Amino acid sequence: MKKISKRPESLKPVPFRFCAGCGHGLLHKFIAEIIDELGIREKTIGFAPVGCAVFAYDYFNFDVIESAHGRPPAVATAIKRLLPDRLVFTYQGDGDLAAIGTAEIIHAAARGENFSVIFVNNATYGMTGGQMAPTTLLGQKTTTTTKGRDKRMTGYPIKISEMLATLEGPSFICRTSLDSPKNVINTKKAIKKAFQYQLDKKGFSLVEVLSPCPTDWWMSPQEALPWMKKNMIPAFPLGVIKDKWEVGNGK
Amino acid sequence: MGKIVAVTGNEAVAEALRQINPDVCAAYPITPQTDMMQRFSSFVSDGKVDTELILVESEHSAMSACIGASAGGGRVATATSGPGLALMWEMLYVASGMRLPIVMPVVNRSLSAPLNIHGDHSDAMGARDSGWIQLWSENAQEAYDNTIQAFRIGEHMEIRLPVMVCLDGFIISHSIERMEYLDDNVVKAFVGEYKSLNPLLDIENPKSYGPLILPDLYMEYKRAQHEVMTKVKDVVLNVADDFEKLSKRKYGLFETYRLDDADIAIVILNSAAGTAKDVIDQFRAKGIKAGLLKPRLFRPFPYEEVADAIKNVKALCVMDRADSFGAYGPLFIELCGVALHLQERPLMINKIYGLGGRDFMPEHAELVLNELVEISKTGKVKTFKEYIGVRE
Repeated sequence: MKKISKRPESLKPVPFRFCAGCGHGLLHKFIAEIIDELGIREKTIGFAPVGCAVFAYDYFNFDVIESAHGRPPAVATAIKRLLPDRLVFTYQGDGDLAAIGTAEIIHAAARGENFSVIFVNNATYGMTGGQMAPTTLLGQKTTTTTKGRDKRMTGYPIKISEMLATLEGPSFICRTSLDSPKNVINTKKAIKKAFQYQLDKKGFSLVEVLSPCPTDWWMSPQEALPWMKKNMIPAFPLGVIKDKWEVGNGK
Repeated sequence: MGKIVAVTGNEAVAEALRQINPDVCAAYPITPQTDMMQRFSSFVSDGKVDTELILVESEHSAMSACIGASAGGGRVATATSGPGLALMWEMLYVASGMRLPIVMPVVNRSLSAPLNIHGDHSDAMGARDSGWIQLWSENAQEAYDNTIQAFRIGEHMEIRLPVMVCLDGFIISHSIERMEYLDDNVVKAFVGEYKSLNPLLDIENPKSYGPLILPDLYMEYKRAQHEVMTKVKDVVLNVADDFEKLSKRKYGLFETYRLDDADIAIVILNSAAGTAKDVIDQFRAKGIKAGLLKPRLFRPFPYEEVADAIKNVKALCVMDRADSFGAYGPLFIELCGVALHLQERPLMINKIYGLGGRDFMPEHAELVLNELVEISKTGKVKTFKEYIGVRE
């Protein structure tokens, strides 16, 4: 019988330990598949974030570095400048990228550093147990906003991708979602494009992926996907937000 | 009076904060502290406190917000752990330099790299020179009691300094223990109404906080911080006396355990002291005069008082749950300072244990006490500093 599918070489043969319905496993698999497809496994350096994906080095079959919480864009800048022929990507959650590390991501993007960012937005601090994140939706209940996020107390969700797209530096910024088969396929395409841009020396690329966190949303995995479609996608619209190199798209 | 409960260390400290009802708290989650301020945020949501809770984007901002609130004239608290405390570093010195009585439980955790979330004293030891008062706690009861006393100590009009209350990550923060809560009205009466000193926006008396002070006067400010620290011991003891009257629980600058007639002794901080005390009982049962000293007030450090407490000990092991790489452990270095106050000092050894949450087991205390017996017999120390409970 013909073998049509196999575990990517860039993924170690170990089971994922993520919660049921979590998006990280899917994203890890895509990243590994893309790196295999691009044939650059031995030239890849990834980042393990502080957050639920902290164990990235247990899963990815390439070199991974851990940095202090929020600082991957600064460390990635230096690695990429030192080793410009490598594929360097950070993998950051909304706590890492949109809260504690806001300064680093803005300045790396503004400088147009030639590395890629996978920004996983699940609208909550997953690892610490579901506290309010900067991306938490208005009205969303978390362990620190138990009556729902109130804009008078905690302000509004940050749209990181739109914010970074106002800068001249970034080349490619796109938001995708893991809520449906179509959007899952688009997510993989977007990440591949981001990596290809980096390999083509086109500059800073970021893919924001809306990802389910049933555990900290207090839902079943089945309930989480429609919830994302109904609540998250309207607040964080999908699509290409900036593409410097696409014809008819500005510059 | 009071209530007997079974709670975790985090829950106990969150309860103390609820009873105290600070004006402002800033919170950013970090393991293993997270669940303390999360519990506190439930008190805010449920209207059980009037606190203005600010959910900030990092610990750097958490301490900055506390500084603003405290300079503005409010009673202020936050909490953190390990790398969170490290990210606050810059502001720790600002808080103490501005003489702002912020209270901060520190759920002790190791520092990266490698990344580790477990109990370890490297965080607070690194902050020992930041001008904060440090109280250390063996268990949930002590963490609760120290938190309540911390407000009285830091806010004392002759002190006005920030206070850290240290408790061991996971071992205490996440373990359920039997302990006693005081009644709300008792705690409220004990800490009293907050009295601000030189607050901002006092229109009749405008002020500046933290101005640029160059070599002409900077050193005088630092000398003043040193001077105020010399007054802290008396205040800590007075507050402890008042606290004993309402709680029947006695606190001092440190705790001694079977130390009065001890030939050999262990000096150790926080939760591991409990384990060591059990082993000391076993040695006492064998007729070996073993004792223990557990510092409570680590900054300022009570050198003379500790010297007096250990003056008859022949051999002493100072145990550090943190290392100062290339030097002796931080607690051991303090005991070297203590030795300056003794005509005859005990033979001293330093053991590093329990880093990154490695369990401190009774057999580790046994190992140490047996070595102390040997040292007191022979008068010889083989190795001054050694790791124990470590894979070779």
